[in-house]
Amino acid sequence: MIGELWESFTDALEDLGSVVHFLFRLVVNTPRVLLRFDLISQQVFNSGALSLIIIMLSGLFVGMVLGLQGFQLLQRFGSAESLGTAATIGLVKELGPVVTALLFAGRAGTALASELGLMRATDQLSAMEMMAVDPIQRVVVPRFLGGVIAMPLLAAIFSVIGIYGAQLVGVQIMGVDAGSFWSQMRHAVSLTDVTEGIAKSFAFGVACSLIAVYQGYYATPTAEGVGRATTSTVVTSAVVILFLDYLITAAFL
Amino acid sequence: MRKSRTLNLGTGSFVLLGFAALFFLTTQTTSRGLPIFGPPLYEVTAKFDNIGDLKVGAPVSMSGVEVGRVAKIDFDSNDYKAVVLLRLNARYNKIPTDSDASIYTQGLLGGKFIGLTAGGSDTYLADKGQIDFTQSAFVLENLIGQVLANFTKSKADALSPAPADPKATEKTK
Repeated sequence: MIGELWESFTDALEDLGSVVHFLFRLVVNTPRVLLRFDLISQQVFNSGALSLIIIMLSGLFVGMVLGLQGFQLLQRFGSAESLGTAATIGLVKELGPVVTALLFAGRAGTALASELGLMRATDQLSAMEMMAVDPIQRVVVPRFLGGVIAMPLLAAIFSVIGIYGAQLVGVQIMGVDAGSFWSQMRHAVSLTDVTEGIAKSFAFGVACSLIAVYQGYYATPTAEGVGRATTSTVVTSAVVILFLDYLITAAFL
Repeated sequence: MRKSRTLNLGTGSFVLLGFAALFFLTTQTTSRGLPIFGPPLYEVTAKFDNIGDLKVGAPVSMSGVEVGRVAKIDFDSNDYKAVVLLRLNARYNKIPTDSDASIYTQGLLGGKFIGLTAGGSDTYLADKGQIDFTQSAFVLENLIGQVLANFTKSKADALSPAPADPKATEKTK
């Protein structure tokens, strides 16, 4: 019993070590890949532009819910005008980066993991190695960088759409004064709030993309293995995102 | 060729949209615009006995119009006063040197801000100038303390009036 526990502990430690090693390999190869701008641009399109619809729709609805709930709550204290502040701080600091990262893991992370996993299962990666093409440089790093670039931009778009969603419900439907909605927000939101959001979304982008390409690259080369890699991408990403969220929030306090 | 063109177009518009969103978040939701595009400014200092919880970035207003912001707050250990550096918009360069700076509270429990009241001098505040007439922040705790002190004092007076008035002493007994 103790032996099994110890074994699973050392296994987890080994996994963590190999993820760190993998990240190191990606970073070392990054400068050379930066010259192949077309490869990165294609991956920014794949993980960023293609996730845009789901991010924008979710942002709109999250913002609208925030407007509705925030209005109901703030009205009890007679301060419905602070709705803009409440919604913006909530979106920019927490909901924007976290929800975007979770959606990103579900939309782009799974695509990356299954694509790489299938390449592994159909021996495409080995074939590249045979032709003296480094698959890390040609396939993995561009996907990783594409995700890292796309994630902060997606989170910012999510937050902006969310703010307009909250404004739509709060101002147009519930009748909060538009002037005080925006002016109180501008007065209360500081630049560090926005910086915190950007820092978070960047960290989540690195984490999600790293987990996705790692899971795909080291997937067991079977149909089942690819499926498992895809599932564990989402599960691991979600846990890591929420853990990092706590760390970064604490660091900014 | 055709495919790569639409691909680049998509990537380009996505990146543009993302940066537009970032720009919106940093400039439109916060109180600070980009300093590069900001108006020219000049700095004046004012010394206060007590600034309460005045914060850096608080607005400086004249007749309710925002004319600048609090740029720095420091403590002068020579005359034990708070030194507040105000950064004013150069458009409002006709503020008399004998103007009065007071610290007010926005709303009942809002943040503090500085209100300037124009004086009557013919000379105007310039860069690195100083406002001499200041009025400290209204600190709620001090006021409550004063009210309580007055209250207990008047109560004590009522309970034990001057001994020169024996009738009143009889009454309270």
